[in-house]
Amino acid sequence: MQILLLIAVVLGLTLIGFRFGRLRSVRVAGGDTRKLHSLPTYYGLYVALWCGIPALVLVAAWMALEPSIIRTIVLGGLPPEILLMPDGAPINDARLSLLLTDIRNIASGNIASQSDPAVIEAAARYAGLQQISFGAMVVVVLSVALGGALFAYRFIAPQFRARIRVESIIKAVMVACSLVAILTTLGIILSLLFESLRFFAQVPITEFLFGTNWSPQTAMRSDQVGSSGAFGAVPLFAGTMLIAMIAMCVAVPIGLLAAIYMAEYAPRKVRAVVKPLLEILAGIPTVVYGFFAALTVAPFIRDTGGLLGLSVSSESALAAGLVMGIMIIPFVSSLSDDVITAVPQSMREGSYGLGATKSETIKRVIFPAALPGVVGGILLAVSRALGETMIVVMAAGLASNLTANPLEAVTTVTVQIVTLLVGDQEFDSAKTLAAFALGLVLFTVTLALNVIALHVVRKYREQYE
Amino acid sequence: MDTRSAKAARAAPSGRSQIAETVNAGLRRRYRAERRFRAYGIIAILVALGMLATLFVTIIGKGYTAFWQHSLELNVAVPADAVNPQDLGSANYLGLLRDALQAQFPEVDTRQERRALFAMLSDGAPYALQDAVAEDPSVIGRSVTVQVALDDDFDMLAKGHIDANLPEAQRRLSDAQVAWYQALAERGMIEGHFNTTLFTSGDSRQAEMSGIWGAVVGSFFTLAVTLALSFPIGVATAVYLEEFAPKNRFTDLIEVNINNLAAVPSIVFGLLGLAVFLQFFGLPRSAPLVGGLVLTLMTLPTIIIASRAALKSVPPSIREAALGLGASKLQMILHHVLPLAMPGMLTGTIIGMAQALGESAPLLMIGMVAFVVDIPNGPLDPSTVLPVQIFLWADSPERAFVERTSAAIMVLLAFLVFMNAAAVWLRKKFERRW
Repeated sequence: MQILLLIAVVLGLTLIGFRFGRLRSVRVAGGDTRKLHSLPTYYGLYVALWCGIPALVLVAAWMALEPSIIRTIVLGGLPPEILLMPDGAPINDARLSLLLTDIRNIASGNIASQSDPAVIEAAARYAGLQQISFGAMVVVVLSVALGGALFAYRFIAPQFRARIRVESIIKAVMVACSLVAILTTLGIILSLLFESLRFFAQVPITEFLFGTNWSPQTAMRSDQVGSSGAFGAVPLFAGTMLIAMIAMCVAVPIGLLAAIYMAEYAPRKVRAVVKPLLEILAGIPTVVYGFFAALTVAPFIRDTGGLLGLSVSSESALAAGLVMGIMIIPFVSSLSDDVITAVPQSMREGSYGLGATKSETIKRVIFPAALPGVVGGILLAVSRALGETMIVVMAAGLASNLTANPLEAVTTVTVQIVTLLVGDQEFDSAKTLAAFALGLVLFTVTLALNVIALHVVRKYREQYE
Repeated sequence: MDTRSAKAARAAPSGRSQIAETVNAGLRRRYRAERRFRAYGIIAILVALGMLATLFVTIIGKGYTAFWQHSLELNVAVPADAVNPQDLGSANYLGLLRDALQAQFPEVDTRQERRALFAMLSDGAPYALQDAVAEDPSVIGRSVTVQVALDDDFDMLAKGHIDANLPEAQRRLSDAQVAWYQALAERGMIEGHFNTTLFTSGDSRQAEMSGIWGAVVGSFFTLAVTLALSFPIGVATAVYLEEFAPKNRFTDLIEVNINNLAAVPSIVFGLLGLAVFLQFFGLPRSAPLVGGLVLTLMTLPTIIIASRAALKSVPPSIREAALGLGASKLQMILHHVLPLAMPGMLTGTIIGMAQALGESAPLLMIGMVAFVVDIPNGPLDPSTVLPVQIFLWADSPERAFVERTSAAIMVLLAFLVFMNAAAVWLRKKFERRW
């Protein structure tokens, strides 16, 4: 809250800077703004930008770096015996983060129970440092804002090319904004790769990619029995594939036929009603589909299977796949609809002229022409099915199971990422890092599918014009 | 087919009727195929719409009863020696309520029976009595009539979700409990009313005390952060790429990047947020600020792509007119192009925000699944969001939570419908064709 106040003050200063810069430009021109190089507004903007941007960047940097610096100082000041495990070994990350949480809680006054005086002292130091840091930030940020404003203010003169300067600043800001996309990709790749490499240092990559046993329980204590952890991800890949395949078996025929009907047969009025209705399916949050799958579809399939004498798991792959297929229908249908309508009318008329019926035209002329686009769309839909999380988390199983039977429970890559990472975790255990390795696989596969899809569309697209 | 009919024509030059017959036989088959194909299309659409209808019917059917709730009207004696007017918080309000309930059924006396009877009171009931006393301290020494919430199982009984005709072993309430409930209902002490708790309180382990307000506020803060970051960044990126960027490998790289980011699974953004924002920058877990940052990265591609399309649709003549009158390039964009492209950009932004509102997978990664009872006060307080609240409640097997989950879904869908309708309205109202 105090931070927001500080930001508000900086914004207020920026506004004041704008007024002063504008006023001064009019004054130095002797009231005749024609003598100025730029409009007075630009002089005001120049001062305002110099006042606001450096100060706000500083606030963001301070906020980002403050916690880790304070953490280092506080830990450095702790007596060495606290930084040991009860058995005298050097402290591990889990215990350290527990200790830090304690210190932080006591410092913010949430818990007043802790016994160790050294921890309470550290908490007091923590709170003190936070206060000092905030005070320092206020002083530094405000002086930077004022300094920047003064610096720009002194430049104002009739010959000063304020518009050029302001425009180049705005352009620089726009370039910085467009770098966010690259930084995001870079961040994804680096964080996944970095954590995965740490994982592969503990578990060989061949075991991860080709092992068939997945039970990611690692021992909390070194003397614990029977939980060495097995990280063979093949059952997860198989489960993901199985569910995605069921989903595509639902989505591709329904989506494609619906798209063909809508593009070729449906009267205008029907199209105007049905198309938005199908789009609704795409707009429903996945958590709602998950609830629907777990509460309605899975019991329905289990009971139906029971009537037929089949034993169906209540978390069957079929339920999750079916509902995921429903979710993907509009994706397939709208992409196919686009490519089918893009096939030129002359080809249809040529086919009709040779005496073909409508469905023959569709099957032999339009569909082959639209095929690259349709295949591209289906590949994109597969990549979406592989990365879908909430439906499988809520409706598919947790235990790994290497099977091709859709009536059994299987688990998927995304389910395991969620179960490994939800809740508090330590960042050095193979269990947590395994989630990043799975994420890396998921990212690579979906990226590859997208690239292939684009390639297929570009390479095999027929050019009609 | 052509060769076949040609052969037929050669074999029997005079048999015109025979040719016609062959062709007609083929025609009938072809027309049947035509009708079949058409029917497949209609069936596909009907299946898809049927699924949609089933989804809505199940959720509304399961959840509409959550919007009202039953409470028990009890006349509670508040003896002067039980409540200290100076320290209202210390009194044993639960005991007073239990005494009042016991007074309704004097015949109940064993410990076990009493416990079964008192199960009728919600855990939140004492607070209702405390509030009533705090509001009017003059009731101390007299008695006061309060409305206290029924326990969720009894609420389910009142709504008919627990069938009193089932054998005792197959329902959550014993025969005696059902009989007491029916007795109270006959005395007119059970009353149904609009469920305000659902819209005013945070999460709770007790179904009758839980609400979605905490999650709605959390969603609000998260979306506010997302909007504040993604709209300016998205528009600036779109303007740069569309208007300024030179055609070179660097801008190509940015474009490929944006298109690929649009197809990255959302959970990967959660991993990014966990590794970068929580691990590297040490930002707090479960905070809407971090959720907003993650969702910003996720919605940026949507906003950028929509904004670029909007910028592209502004005709070049407007740009040239502005430039011809002496505007600088930036002036032309800020004064002319951007205002004309703004409706399209806003539409894209609203659609992006609707996506962000329904998204839950990446937020699970950054700890927004915490059980949060308090209503968050700012973007740094621990909180959860509406879809994650649905996810959490969906795990609870109690019928009362199933009902609340469906109600929360209806609220979420209502927000989404509202946002999408706003986007459509905006597009219709400001759409211009040049």
